[in-house]
Amino acid sequence: MKDIGIVSYGANIPRMRIKIEDIASVWGKNGKAVSKGLGINEKSVPSVDQDTATISVEAARAALQRCKVNPKDIGAIYIGSESHPYAVKPTGTIVGEAIGATPDLMVADYEFACKAGTAGIQTCTALVKGDFIKYGLAIGADTAQAAPGDALEFSASAGGAAYIIGKEDVIATINHTYSFTTDTPDFWRRAERKYPSHGGRFTGAPAYFKHVTSCAKNLMEIVGTKPEDYNYAIFHQPNGKFPIKAAKLLGFTMDQIKQGLVVPFIGNTYSGASLVGLASVLDVAKPGDKVFLTSYGSGAGSDGFDITVTGKIKDLAREKAPTIAQMIENKEYIDYGKYAKITDLLFWE
Amino acid sequence: MRDVAIIGVGLTKFGELWDKSFRQLIAEAGSKAILDSGIGGKEIDAMYIGSMSSGRFIGQEHVGALVADASGFSHRHIPATRVEGACASGGLAVREGFLSIASGMNDIVVVGGIEKMSDVAGATATETLIMAADQEWEAFFGVTFPGLYAMIAMKHMRDYGTTKEQLAQVAVKNHANGALNPYAQYQREITLEQAINAAPVAYPLGLLDCSPVTDGAASIVLCAADKAKKYTDKPVKILGSGQASDTLALHARRDICTLDSTVYAAKMAYKQANMTPKDVDLAEVHDCFTIAEICAIEDLGFVKKGEGGGAIEKKITTLDGSLPVNTSGGLKSKGHPVGATGVAQMVEITQQLRGEAGKRQVKDANIGLAHNVGGSGATCVIHILEAI
Repeated sequence: MKDIGIVSYGANIPRMRIKIEDIASVWGKNGKAVSKGLGINEKSVPSVDQDTATISVEAARAALQRCKVNPKDIGAIYIGSESHPYAVKPTGTIVGEAIGATPDLMVADYEFACKAGTAGIQTCTALVKGDFIKYGLAIGADTAQAAPGDALEFSASAGGAAYIIGKEDVIATINHTYSFTTDTPDFWRRAERKYPSHGGRFTGAPAYFKHVTSCAKNLMEIVGTKPEDYNYAIFHQPNGKFPIKAAKLLGFTMDQIKQGLVVPFIGNTYSGASLVGLASVLDVAKPGDKVFLTSYGSGAGSDGFDITVTGKIKDLAREKAPTIAQMIENKEYIDYGKYAKITDLLFWE
Repeated sequence: MRDVAIIGVGLTKFGELWDKSFRQLIAEAGSKAILDSGIGGKEIDAMYIGSMSSGRFIGQEHVGALVADASGFSHRHIPATRVEGACASGGLAVREGFLSIASGMNDIVVVGGIEKMSDVAGATATETLIMAADQEWEAFFGVTFPGLYAMIAMKHMRDYGTTKEQLAQVAVKNHANGALNPYAQYQREITLEQAINAAPVAYPLGLLDCSPVTDGAASIVLCAADKAKKYTDKPVKILGSGQASDTLALHARRDICTLDSTVYAAKMAYKQANMTPKDVDLAEVHDCFTIAEICAIEDLGFVKKGEGGGAIEKKITTLDGSLPVNTSGGLKSKGHPVGATGVAQMVEITQQLRGEAGKRQVKDANIGLAHNVGGSGATCVIHILEAI
């Protein structure tokens, strides 16, 4: 059997940015201290015409531009997000139509807080492995919500990444995947509520750290690897502190995680976060590189992936779509007034 | 009146104990104290439990019976009573246990103190705690405990020249002690700079001037002193027990820089023990905020009114000072599970007097004092202990 894995990838990050210091000043907080405390300098902001559907379409098109896959050969689309534009009506059908993958297509929208995108990769991998489809498209994307004045407002941002999964011209094989899941209510949004709620410090040790480190440790035990076996590691990045602490707890170094650590420059893209980090790694990866990815979704669970970059990455036309570094640099700053207007904080009935 | 001794102590780790429930915590502390004392379950005559607001924190009242049940004594139908006096609930439970043995009614009493505070969000915890102030005259107007103690601190600074640096030194000292306490919530030292520059809460109090929200439980076993040697070689006698009240609202006080409840409870305890403040070798005082420790050492008579800040600066109250205060780390570093605090203070003093305080052991400690305050000083309970 041929190796199964990533055939191509693409990402999208809205170009508007707001500085954390600007948000802090509105709420009478010390911006430098908040920025340093969170490890985030600025975050991306979606414009009025950008949502999870448009970000997903852009990311999927970027992935298709880089490879020779015929969209008609994509047999499944799974989009993970906390901000699907519709409560009922799939984002996946919009994306499927936009990229020309309909109608011979399995589609479903996923939700598992920040890890639904990696759950989509697992589903596509299984469908390819079972020969139900030739290619699957998994996307993690969000325009994350945060109540004005809430701690989440400093981090909740917008962005996403798309991965075409298959077994021909695989640029990075998915050697193994493992998930660690419990019922842990650290962060949630009830139906018809505009903004999510969270358990404050409960989101740390018993939620993020327990799941991320357990998933990572268990996966390494299953595949028989150690942290030093990997060239790159990516952890879900709700802020700049958590992934660094998780990496240290597990024995990974800053050198291994810095390429995939994009949260200081764009904020937390929720379902996109770990997948944008992976895209950043694939932007520079060389054949033979070993990559370790651990996502995290509140509620709670982590998906772990043991990945090996293949020689085929040289044949991928990576230059045909912007790199993460280029998207980070392509930015336009806005102030809190404009931010409030375009993110619907001024909503009235 | 009969003499009363402490023959066993037990403590849970203090902190954000996400994976332990209220009943697990109190059962752990209680069973440690019972094992430490060497008594059998059949010998327990009564239980007293200090808990400030289990109803608001975990939605459970009627915790006297719950604790007896959780401890496995439901079949023995032991009288179990919950005692409430805000953050002094634990100290009051100790005093009720003491009185019940002193009166001759009981021979052996298990006292517990507990609070499980981290199941609610921070804002709810603050709202719950302010119910210990005067709801009608203080809380309704939006004041919180940091606000009330900040007013005390401002007046102390104005009247006596106390400085923000001196407040910070209280936190630095207590963290240094807490770093040596394996049960403390924050087992780490902090620098003076960190304490002074911490995020503001209510000027002049910053984050590191405030005790934290904590889960934890503590327990002691009390016994008629004439029977104590049957169970332990190292009983610790309660020489004096004092309790006093004051106006619920801070603004109604004679002087907001003096907690008259402390002054009167201390007078009662010293008289009963036939001692003066000079006889005390170490003390656990109620440092819910750094200014509270400065007021406490003044109101307990260790230093003159207004000299508390200076005493901190002169390092009189450090672990190797002439009067070590809050060797456990205090409420600031050890943590402040409100209903447990008063009992936990008794645990620390007992361990010190037994010579079992490890790295934070005070040399030649014979007489210890525990000072537990409810609200901004409407209730105070003080115990003076001696190793016998």
